[in-house]
Amino acid sequence: MQKILIVDHERCTGCRLCELVCSVKNAGVSNPSRARIHIIKWEMEGFELPMVCPQCEPAPCMAVCPVDALSRDGDLERVVIDYDLCIGCKLCVAACPFGGMGIDTVAKKVIKCELCDGDPTCVDFCQPQALQYVPAGTVNLRKKREAGLKFSELMRRFAGV
Amino acid sequence: MALNRKIAYIDLSTGEVETAPIPVMMRKLYLGGRGLDIYLLYNHLEPGVDPLGPENVLLVSAGLLAGTLASASARSHLAAKSPLTGFVGSTNMGGFFAPELRWAGFDHLVIKGKAESPVYLWVHDGEIEIEEASHLWGEDTFETQDLIRQEWGDPEVKVVCIGLAGERLVRFANVRTGLKNSGGRTGIGAVMGSKNLKAVAVRGTMDIEIEYPEEALKYNKEIIDKICSTKFAQIMQRWGTMFIYGATNSTGLIRCRNFQLNQLVGGNIECEHIDEYSIGTEGCFGCSIHCRHKYIIKDGPYAGVYAQGPEYTSQGAFGMEVGCNNFETILAGNYLVNKYGLDTLETGSMIAWAMELYEKGILTDKDTEGLKLEWGNDEAVLEMVERIAKRKGLGDILAEGPLRAIERIGEESRPYCIQVKGMSNLHSDERPTPSLALGIATASRGSDHLRSRPAIDLYHLPEALLKKIYGYPTPYDGPLSSDYTTYEGKPRQVQWHEMCYEAVDCLGICKFHTIFLSPNLLGFDEFSKLIYYNTGLEISPQEVWEIADRAYTLERLFNIREGLGREDDWLVDRYFDEPTPLGLEIARNKVLDREKFKQMIDEYYALHGWDEKGVPRPETLKRLGLDKEPSHML
Repeated sequence: MQKILIVDHERCTGCRLCELVCSVKNAGVSNPSRARIHIIKWEMEGFELPMVCPQCEPAPCMAVCPVDALSRDGDLERVVIDYDLCIGCKLCVAACPFGGMGIDTVAKKVIKCELCDGDPTCVDFCQPQALQYVPAGTVNLRKKREAGLKFSELMRRFAGV
Repeated sequence: MALNRKIAYIDLSTGEVETAPIPVMMRKLYLGGRGLDIYLLYNHLEPGVDPLGPENVLLVSAGLLAGTLASASARSHLAAKSPLTGFVGSTNMGGFFAPELRWAGFDHLVIKGKAESPVYLWVHDGEIEIEEASHLWGEDTFETQDLIRQEWGDPEVKVVCIGLAGERLVRFANVRTGLKNSGGRTGIGAVMGSKNLKAVAVRGTMDIEIEYPEEALKYNKEIIDKICSTKFAQIMQRWGTMFIYGATNSTGLIRCRNFQLNQLVGGNIECEHIDEYSIGTEGCFGCSIHCRHKYIIKDGPYAGVYAQGPEYTSQGAFGMEVGCNNFETILAGNYLVNKYGLDTLETGSMIAWAMELYEKGILTDKDTEGLKLEWGNDEAVLEMVERIAKRKGLGDILAEGPLRAIERIGEESRPYCIQVKGMSNLHSDERPTPSLALGIATASRGSDHLRSRPAIDLYHLPEALLKKIYGYPTPYDGPLSSDYTTYEGKPRQVQWHEMCYEAVDCLGICKFHTIFLSPNLLGFDEFSKLIYYNTGLEISPQEVWEIADRAYTLERLFNIREGLGREDDWLVDRYFDEPTPLGLEIARNKVLDREKFKQMIDEYYALHGWDEKGVPRPETLKRLGLDKEPSHML
């Protein structure tokens, strides 16, 4: 079954290990500015949110690419970049509503999460499981169950059910 | 490779900035972080200078493995001659500053002189500029960081700064980064204040090259899994260091009411209370233990305040030490010390000492300007924090730290001041535990639990396991005992943990990931492998030990150069004369034995290759390559 990378921000501890391992895996160096994932923090409020390409469908980045360098890989349901075709115009960066399409200033190319070819390194390292790579069809039921748990607690506490 | 970060020499008096590479040879001798800092301090500081004068030298650094795949590779280190003790000033903290400093291209900043007016350093992608900071002077440590981020329009800027306490030269002012991370001990914040240096701000986007990326990823995953599989890590993830209180208080190993009791009877400050206030936990860079809680205070004058922590130390400082039994006082006290930039431990200890003096009539209402410094007076405790930070009244005296405050208050106050080398002790009672007592008596930066504490001694581990841990990576066939109340083999344990903590402070890894509070975490073998995969340097476990030994011995030499003698490695009389009144049988009615304690110190010196006065022997210096220091290679 098709798998997707989901973010549970409530579990995120803001440690940025995902940024570190992403840059080492994809660029061979430690450098979050070259990572495909970032933890966005509101430090004074204590809120942190991992932001990564959600592999949109239809994808705005694909739609604006003038040379069709971006394509959908059906096997992994991801958007991939063909660097042989890419002309570096960065229209995709401008079109992406999430900042999922980035610029690697060292390698001088656009970059995005390509799910580490089906085995996302960030997920592997995320001990609190704020990042999970799960079958798409199970997401709905999982979220319903989690929400239901809260609901049942409230029912028990306030309605005596 | 990860070794190409630079050193910068910054003269605040002249505004000159010079940078230089760090030779690999120096890495092989000192690694980085605390190790290279003590080398730089020993070489750049003239002996005998006023710690709050422009001649003091301030070091700001990142550990060698900070920002790399080394599990919680988050630690930065700051050093200077301590305004609190007059000996080595050294403090270490987590957060996100150290990796950012390295992404900005630097490992060590050597800061000299004094700026004419307030400034901060702006370090970014290989550049260092001295920026005007008059508008930041007087701002608290939270606002300062936020204002600097706004100034550059970049929320990713990381800042180390001082608060009001550092500006007012409180001798135990700390340095702060983020909402909680603090370089608490030895008063480095006052050194920054004395230099008119409000902050060091960093932002970097430069690669730290990892020598063997695939292997480093694989090995890092392996050790994270290992760490997270321990009970210790799982408890820390849930409660942070506050969990320690439950164990130590129930046994009778804490200090309550300064040094009068060793248990908070009827205590109501257990870690579980944090759940009423917590909105989650946060980790330092790359850390899977995420031990600090994010909390919001619900009631009282600080209602609505968002802060992080508290740790075990703040439970002591604003709980048992001052006889307070109110979790919200701990949360408020923790918030206040972080806001003003005060060492939570020293602040709590100074207040507790003043309270005992008040109880004994040595301090009166006249001295306190009517403030009732009575045990458990929550408002008075929090008010004293304000007075210390602002140097008001009695607060101005306490802000001078233990030894100078004794001079101001009078000799009759001395016996009640629980300090070593002029730095206050942690809120733990070491009378039942000779190994822990030896650790605080001999620690190079004054009384301290993060220099050498063999905390796992409290677990009664089987002798076979003790032999395995303490017989490596250098041989040891002396005695070792599972009984923490004995004196047998404890000097080796203290020496071993000294070397372990020195090594991780050089590497920039958090102690909570090493054999500190769990015997199942990282040791010298792992350090060696982490160095190899990340930097390519081949340094054996034995060589890591030798580097730690070299750096620690150089700290000793620094202290001796500043006038330290054997008599400074000693505890106050109460440890030997007043038996513990409370706790389980194993902890009750205990004092330390002077003769046996003296023998432990002899044995500890011998293990280090130091003579009976605690001075490193010529052959020891030769073995460690310290016989020609200062060698001025950097």
